[in-house]
Amino acid sequence: MDILKIYSDKELAQKILRAIYHEAEKIGREVRFMHVCGTHEDTVTRSGIRSLLPKNVKVLAGPGCPVCITPAEDIARMMEIMKKAREEGEEIILTTFGDMYKIPTAVGSFADLRSEGFDVRVVYSVYDSYKIAIENPDKLVVHFSPGFETTTAPAAGILNEVIEKNIKNFKVYSVHRLTPPAVEALIKQGTTFDGLIDPGHVSTIIGVKGWEYITKEYGVPQVVAGFEPIDFLMGLLMLLRIVRKGEVKIENEYTRVVKYEGNVEAQKTIKKLFDIVDAKWRALGVIPNSGLELKEEYKDWEIRTFYDVNVPKMPDLEKGCLCGAILRGLALPTDCPLFGKTCTPRNPVGPCMVSYEGTCQIFYKYGALF
Amino acid sequence: MCLAIPAKVVEIRESVAIVDFGGVRREARLDFVKDVKIGDYVIVHTGFAIEKLDEKTALESLKAWEEVFKVLEGE
Ligand code: SF4
Repeated sequence: MDILKIYSDKELAQKILRAIYHEAEKIGREVRFMHVCGTHEDTVTRSGIRSLLPKNVKVLAGPGCPVCITPAEDIARMMEIMKKAREEGEEIILTTFGDMYKIPTAVGSFADLRSEGFDVRVVYSVYDSYKIAIENPDKLVVHFSPGFETTTAPAAGILNEVIEKNIKNFKVYSVHRLTPPAVEALIKQGTTFDGLIDPGHVSTIIGVKGWEYITKEYGVPQVVAGFEPIDFLMGLLMLLRIVRKGEVKIENEYTRVVKYEGNVEAQKTIKKLFDIVDAKWRALGVIPNSGLELKEEYKDWEIRTFYDVNVPKMPDLEKGCLCGAILRGLALPTDCPLFGKTCTPRNPVGPCMVSYEGTCQIFYKYGALF
Repeated sequence: MCLAIPAKVVEIRESVAIVDFGGVRREARLDFVKDVKIGDYVIVHTGFAIEKLDEKTALESLKAWEEVFKVLEGE
């Protein structure tokens, strides 16, 4: 049996769906489940899961896209740093991920910066940026580093090596964010749901343990789920059973990868290097204890330590863009009048249409299924 | 960017593995996973193995699910 194929087995999916209908009927009322992961949204939309579910089971998409919520000011500040460095005679090589590269702001994107003649490179991994720094010892390489816990772990791994080897021509601009505080903020701001599907790969790092307090303090049932259609359906079924029995607990569907305690090595490295701080999320405002900043003793590896630039105040989103409501799980892209008309992946108006993990782009890509 | 996918370890060089994503081979750092052997599946995210894929647990959980379905279909 091929372990990678089982989770897309049609017959198994049918069985789970039958069980979902069974549970949903017993519950009777409408139940709303939220996920907070772009990859989950991809699974849901690609496999047309919303249209397969009973009418009273709704799936909401929360803030699952780290590049979508990276503040426009940080992108602008990084662009200003590149310009200031050039004025001072230093050429920075800026690296970042493909979707971050194209995110629009009122003052343009990193892609625009490159067309102005700056050295901006798209990388697949922070490890690639590190290699560029090793190959170019006379140049400064800065990795603009977004991402939730899953992406923070690799960044921490590379930074740890860079710091140990005292390599000075590699630095980061950290816009890393933590996901459980965002869920907590949504709950406090009034987004209501009957259960949460926890992102499997964030949970790989923080463990089931990292989510437990959401259930304990807010009474929200949760299931950690993987990314195959079977995983997501099974996650929904497990949540439905919890709701039907009136229980308040957290379960793990993705046991083949996620451990209760998470990846302890990765947690240790992140904790060693970063402090947890209040941080802004684009279109969502400042969320307490949701950002990661390099600790004082490692500030030599954070580019902002060396450049103090001013950026103008700018709007988070263009007029009419509903990304804010979409990231809160209050609207779907199809509620946006610009969706598919003025706003497409070729001409994105908001960040949710640019990123591969943005709910708008995912809806656009698989539009035929709606 | 967030995507993390399973890949098979085909070679190990100190802290870096060569992993195979169904035909495409790439490097994956092993900083955060211990005792990885050739032939293991790992979950790779932006060039890092973030966890091993535990086949035994996977098969056990599938079996447990089948039990759940049997009960439900009997109801
Ligand atoms: S479709 Fe475009 S304008 Fe509308 S919410 Fe999405 S990104 Fe914003």
